[in-house]
Amino acid sequence: MIRPLEPVGQTARVGLGLAFFALFVGAWAFATLGGFVSRTFLADPVTMLQDGWLLLTRFGFLHDIGMTVWRVVGGFALAAIVAVPLGILMGAYKPIEALLEPFVSFARYLPASAFIPLLILWAGIGEFQKLLVIFIGSVFQLILMVAVAVGSTRRDLVEAAYTLGSTERSVVRRVLLPANAPDIAEILRLVLGWAWTYVIVAELIGSSSGIGHMIIDSQSLLATGQMIFGIIVIGLIGLVSDFAFKAANRALFPWRLA
Amino acid sequence: MALVRPKLLVENVSRVFPGVHGGAPVTALQPTNLSVPENDFITLLGPSGCGKSTLLRIVAGLDRPTTGRVLLDGREVTKPGPERGMVFQSYTLFPWLNVAQNIAYGLAERGVPEARRREIVDHYLARMGLTGFASHWPKQLSGGMQQRVAIARALANDPAILLLDEPFGALDNQTRALMQELLLGIWERDRKTVLFVTHDIEEAIFLASRVLVMTARPGRIKAEVPVDLPHPRDYRMKTTPEFNALKARLTEEIRAEAVLAAEEH
Ligand SMILES: Nc1ncnc2c1ncn2[C@@H]1O[C@H](COP(=O)(O)OP(=O)(O)O)[C@@H](O)[C@H]1O
Ligand SMILES: [Mg+2]
Repeated sequence: MIRPLEPVGQTARVGLGLAFFALFVGAWAFATLGGFVSRTFLADPVTMLQDGWLLLTRFGFLHDIGMTVWRVVGGFALAAIVAVPLGILMGAYKPIEALLEPFVSFARYLPASAFIPLLILWAGIGEFQKLLVIFIGSVFQLILMVAVAVGSTRRDLVEAAYTLGSTERSVVRRVLLPANAPDIAEILRLVLGWAWTYVIVAELIGSSSGIGHMIIDSQSLLATGQMIFGIIVIGLIGLVSDFAFKAANRALFPWRLA
Repeated sequence: MALVRPKLLVENVSRVFPGVHGGAPVTALQPTNLSVPENDFITLLGPSGCGKSTLLRIVAGLDRPTTGRVLLDGREVTKPGPERGMVFQSYTLFPWLNVAQNIAYGLAERGVPEARRREIVDHYLARMGLTGFASHWPKQLSGGMQQRVAIARALANDPAILLLDEPFGALDNQTRALMQELLLGIWERDRKTVLFVTHDIEEAIFLASRVLVMTARPGRIKAEVPVDLPHPRDYRMKTTPEFNALKARLTEEIRAEAVLAAEEH
């Protein structure tokens, strides 16, 4: 009945996707409500929802969510503004690649979280420090991935452009850019997902607001329901932004789908 | 030939590719001379791997010769340019531009005003039988249609010479025959100077006023066969005795080379 690589219908796809969520929550409810796991360590789904509701209505959790989103978006936007042009230059011009590639490859492996103590020394525990963590975490990855995408542009398209009268500069603007725009958008979507992990780490340390701050606060109160609610909110925001990105890409690059 | 300056002059052009990973260098093209008069349709015929693409790419300015030089209208070719329109064997339409935008690409690069651009695009859409496909994406077109757009895109620049590198090589026989007639029809009307590369003997004869036969690698032009078949030509020409005589002759010329080329592999 299941054959390799055979496509699955749209309804079945949505149904199966939801079914696994249901299965997951079911297993969780069974383990906690059935008394198999101590409530001290893992809250049940109902408690989680109640705690979440309290967080939202009584403890201003919406403000925390807003702060976290703004940090991710802000830090990520800064990284993208620096990385996309630099990546395009590296992909297009080999001397620039030779200059920067070794350093960027090295910097990419520096864990952003290890910078947090240093960044606190330099920039304090304000918003700028949070943005810097996300910036450092995303910018090198972005540069490299964009450079690779641009560097692998189809040579025959570039050659065709030259025989049609393009100059060296207009080839960058009129071939390399549009040819790779969908890939660059896809790279941004991917790295934005990683930026979410950095923001939470940044908020766990020296922060007075944000989802990560709420989670660390809840830990001292053993409020596992709140912690899980926070984690789930992060997942949901990620899901929504992913959907939005995909929809935007479909609208922006219809030629990819045709 | 001494009286009229040729449109295109290939003087002593050869190409040696450096060996990869310390291997021996590859001579792709032996010193080659070629002169193409204005308004001529020349086909370059040779087995695959004999250096046809190498020669055409040098004429296009996409590759530099190891020795010799290429002159177009007396000026040396040093880099690619719109006065040498090129159609590649691989489909090279810009996937992010629709058909009309692809055809207009060179015009946009030169800053031709919008209204004039549209006029030229409409003209070539009509001539290539592409009316109604102006806003299609390349992905939505068949191979034959994509190559028609590619030809239109090169012609829209009004090039001094049109270079085609096995443009119909990937098409099925029926489509290929139709495309040959379409291209020939355009040439019969406009008399653009054309250099057309192919490994297909029938195609070489049907289109050309002169067929140049190349040897197996390393390539060299070994024979020049004028095709004195009347114009306009259509598919029925391919079954006439004159056509078959030419075909027999070229088959002989090319067979020896094909055997050589096959032995190499
Ligand atoms: N960039 C290159 N580097 C090394 N060898 C090449 C290169 N391009 C072509 N060749 C070699 O030159 C020979 C001629 O190639 P090509 O001009 O593409 O032949 P054709 O178009 O007649 O099939 C082939 O043996 C090919 O392997
Ligand atoms: Mg070739």
